[in-house]
Amino acid sequence: MNPILSRRRFIKAVIASGAAAATHSGISSAVAGGQETAGEKGAVERLMSLTINGRTRRVDILPQETLAFTLRYKLGLTGTKIGCNRGECGACTVLIDDIPNYSCSTLTHSVRERSVLTVEGLQGEDGSLHPVQQAFIDELAPQCGFCTPGQLMAAVGLLKDNPHPSREEARQAMSGNLCRCGAPMAWCLRGSTRVLWRMGA
Amino acid sequence: MASYDVMPDVQLYQPANIDDALNLADRFGRDGWILGGGQDTYGWLKDRAKHPKAMIDLNGIETLSGVRQTDNGIEIGATTTLREIVRNKTINADYQLLALAAGHVASPQIRNAGTLGGNLLQDARCWYYRRGLACYRAGGNICYADSPEGMNREHCVFGASRCVAVSPSDTGTAMVALDATMVVQSIDGERLIPAGSFFKGPNTHITQMTALRPGEVLTAVRIPSAWAGSRFYFEKVADRNVWDFALVSIASAMRIEDGIIKDSRIVCGGVACTPHRLHHVEKALAGKSPGAETADLLAPLASEGSRPLNYNHFKLPLLENLLRRALRG
Repeated sequence: MNPILSRRRFIKAVIASGAAAATHSGISSAVAGGQETAGEKGAVERLMSLTINGRTRRVDILPQETLAFTLRYKLGLTGTKIGCNRGECGACTVLIDDIPNYSCSTLTHSVRERSVLTVEGLQGEDGSLHPVQQAFIDELAPQCGFCTPGQLMAAVGLLKDNPHPSREEARQAMSGNLCRCGAPMAWCLRGSTRVLWRMGA
Repeated sequence: MASYDVMPDVQLYQPANIDDALNLADRFGRDGWILGGGQDTYGWLKDRAKHPKAMIDLNGIETLSGVRQTDNGIEIGATTTLREIVRNKTINADYQLLALAAGHVASPQIRNAGTLGGNLLQDARCWYYRRGLACYRAGGNICYADSPEGMNREHCVFGASRCVAVSPSDTGTAMVALDATMVVQSIDGERLIPAGSFFKGPNTHITQMTALRPGEVLTAVRIPSAWAGSRFYFEKVADRNVWDFALVSIASAMRIEDGIIKDSRIVCGGVACTPHRLHHVEKALAGKSPGAETADLLAPLASEGSRPLNYNHFKLPLLENLLRRALRG
């Protein structure tokens, strides 16, 4: 990929320029083509606090904005991928109050006062990988890697809820995430539970 | 039809109590969209196939969520998520049919966000309708699925009337089998609607799937204790075990005393525009004992009265086999 014009760099550059972060212009309304809706009486306040990966930020959010959109295009957290954008692939999975959710099918306004964990929040404070991330590497889980952030979040969500899942429980929990390479994620998850046990987590 | 990844311009209201929500629902009428988990909603909006002016998000209303014991059974708030229902102790102990049905909906993440009310009220999944075509259900005057070249593999075999879409709800079949009552509120007061007459076929309301009127909000579902602890069976057949809607599903409840079936409810999903109750099978079951013999005897009754379309004849043996398995137990 052209290193100068890569998608990631473009998105980060737009965000860094401040076009999207704190104003109502930015890509969102440009893409949506929506004129600004005057705040109807009783409708949601656009300026809101979001707690993501333990950090609280004030962000200007359109009423109809999805969490995946906010994460990627307003906060620059491009680890969360948008695959189908219809709740049918799982690439956008994030944890909301420790429960896996499709961020493409969640309104950002509905996570006010809740805590969101994305793949960027998995690493330790010293920058070390989360045991599940390490296990995915050890077990050679990803192939193309596009679905991996969603798979990781689904796996972490399962282990937060059930630290010792059976193989069937792991299969169930990972069933909301597609991998078009056909990599056996539930198998990797077994690896990650092994790692967790080893760490006594 | 163009498909967009971003949501269209639409206003959002997050009322904190039910009175505010009812006032908003009344104020916006048909232009308002009552929002539960949103898992049916956002596709409609992103595809620009429906154009509400405002979404009214019920999730901030605490009284609408949770499972409560009542004098005669339980009451489940409309915004209770399917995840909570699958995990609820009371439901699993006494009304396991509902937990089984809720556990078969879509995918884990959708069950984590999707609500009971949203699952019951979701719109038809006919791909022609979803695509935003002006079919009967969308207020037009043609059915694309029921045409010589229409792809109608997933469509109905019972009760078609111009529209041939099926009811997509997995929990809907369980609700009808459990004789549940829908609690519907509006600024004019409260209506109690039995689940059996809550779902409407195209011969009564072609543009809507339930008895809910504009301005009304489904606030809770009441399940009577009548079927608590009965013998339940739920099975759903779909192309994939995750995400997909039922090709055919069956939800049954049987009250058995001394080895004899006293009373039963057999309800099928994916075969009609509403959850399809097999009244004649229920009648024939009374007084028989459950088992392979009864199952083989009554299974052929399941498809009686069916009118399959070009590509969905396969649903008839599927339906008969599911009934056989439900009765065999």
